[in-house]
Amino acid sequence: MADDIASLRRILKTCHTVAVVGLSAQWHRPSFFVAKYLQQHGYRVLPVNPRYAGESILDEPVYAALTDIPERVDMVDVFRRSDELLPVARDAVKIGARCLWQQIGVANAEADALVRAAGMDSVMNRCVKIEHARLFGGLHWAGVNTGVLSARRPD
Amino acid sequence: MADRRFQPETLAIHAGQIPDAATGARALPIYQTTSFVFDSADHAASLFNLQTFGNVYSRLSNPTVAALEERVAALEVARAAVACASGMAAESMALTTILQAGDHVVAAGALYGGSVTMLAVNLAKFGVDTSFVDATDPAAFAAAMRPNTRAVFAESLGNPSGVVLDIAAVAEVAHAHGVPLVVDNTVPSPVLCNPCALGADIVVHSATKYLGGHGTTLAGLVIESGRFPWDNGKFPGMTEPSPGYHGVRFYETFGDFGFTMRCRMEGLRVFGAALSPMSAWQILQGVETLPLRMERHCCNALAVARFLRDDPRVDWVNYPGLPDHPQHALLQRQMRGASGLLSFGVRGGLASGVRFIESARFMSHLVNIGDTRTLISHPASTTHRQLDESQQRAAGVRPDMVRISVGLEHVDDILWDIDQALACAVRD
Repeated sequence: MADDIASLRRILKTCHTVAVVGLSAQWHRPSFFVAKYLQQHGYRVLPVNPRYAGESILDEPVYAALTDIPERVDMVDVFRRSDELLPVARDAVKIGARCLWQQIGVANAEADALVRAAGMDSVMNRCVKIEHARLFGGLHWAGVNTGVLSARRPD
Repeated sequence: MADRRFQPETLAIHAGQIPDAATGARALPIYQTTSFVFDSADHAASLFNLQTFGNVYSRLSNPTVAALEERVAALEVARAAVACASGMAAESMALTTILQAGDHVVAAGALYGGSVTMLAVNLAKFGVDTSFVDATDPAAFAAAMRPNTRAVFAESLGNPSGVVLDIAAVAEVAHAHGVPLVVDNTVPSPVLCNPCALGADIVVHSATKYLGGHGTTLAGLVIESGRFPWDNGKFPGMTEPSPGYHGVRFYETFGDFGFTMRCRMEGLRVFGAALSPMSAWQILQGVETLPLRMERHCCNALAVARFLRDDPRVDWVNYPGLPDHPQHALLQRQMRGASGLLSFGVRGGLASGVRFIESARFMSHLVNIGDTRTLISHPASTTHRQLDESQQRAAGVRPDMVRISVGLEHVDDILWDIDQALACAVRD
């Protein structure tokens, strides 16, 4: 599992398309906050949620499953219960994603091991929005202890 | 590679401030602006919805103030912090964010006088009831808990009582009742004590004192450990949609810094005790040297305490840094020093104490602490004047008490001034 600043930075810099599994269409839900944030910071968001399949969220078509997505996916970001993670992890491997990101509160060690064995990056129990804001600016303005010490300008 | 855990000396200089993105400025720029432009209407909406992080208006956040917030959060080994206009603003914001009418607080009896008044008078006016207990006895905190208790409040090192709080034991009492322990850590500063590491959930500071250190600027901070389970059913304001902020659920949305966000979006935004960027910058100049200063404050105070203990013109001295202080072992277990604050009684009582204060050459008679200058005061007639004598005694204030905040002058000069003032005080 990737947990240090250098690895998280590399993952967030090299992934450009993000499939958000379990994305809600309701604006005040945390998954919507994350997807909206990612769009505003230059990521392509691909919503995955069988409940809204065929509709659109944040102006992107919603897919029922990861395997329905017709384009390359860099990161699979999961808003699901920890015990529902294994099938998502298997699909993430199947579609050739580079990273499985289990959101804060989600931690399935088996899924972590599975995707790492397939050569993928794996992040557990962290929020992709909070980590992006922590490492690339924004969270600092909210008074959060980012752990970032540097004598270089932010890149 | 695992992230390095930097030491306090390094954090005090670097945490929260990387070179300015726009200019490369190495020192912290002062963003003296009330407001910040939006890139678009959609950007504005996202900022107001809290879907993206950024600055809108300096009552809520400001880049210069943010540097102070993150630095003190890092020094406290905590998750997040929010700065405000004074230490009292920090305490009132922390408590009013947790509490509502009908709630009850268990508080240490030995508190700064302003804190006693806030709880006993001002919060009582809004229907919050407080029980004051003996701060040296964790069992007294447990005995005072009620079904509607929602917070425990105490000072890590009492001002001016010098009472040392058994933070781990009192945190256990609070957590057994599902409520947070709020600790005022002003006197030790984050360099000598980190209450969150011992189990406290919220820390408040008067940054006016040691954090700033120069006695020029007022500021306060509320710091969150990030470990309190706000979803235990006792804090609907953290888990239910906020009527004051268009339905945001602070704990679900922001997790381990949800309390800080709520202080910011409800406390600062509504009650408005924001810190100015200029003040934040001035406090930060002090924070950079905090570890060095605390070391010297502790050394000088110990020398003063020993001098007073051995002087026949002095009736008593109270400094938990002295090995024969009843709480010395506890202090050593949870703090890296006893700080610069001590109190004593001059032989002859109150009148001699007053003569001592009036005879000082460079020790300043005023009611601040944590300055580079040595400061002296008489709490019974100043900081604790609003309390009656029984409240004063409960707060650890004796009528003859002289308080010294030992500064950074040469220790021989400080001892000289004390010696000559004592000579004047007991001459008659």
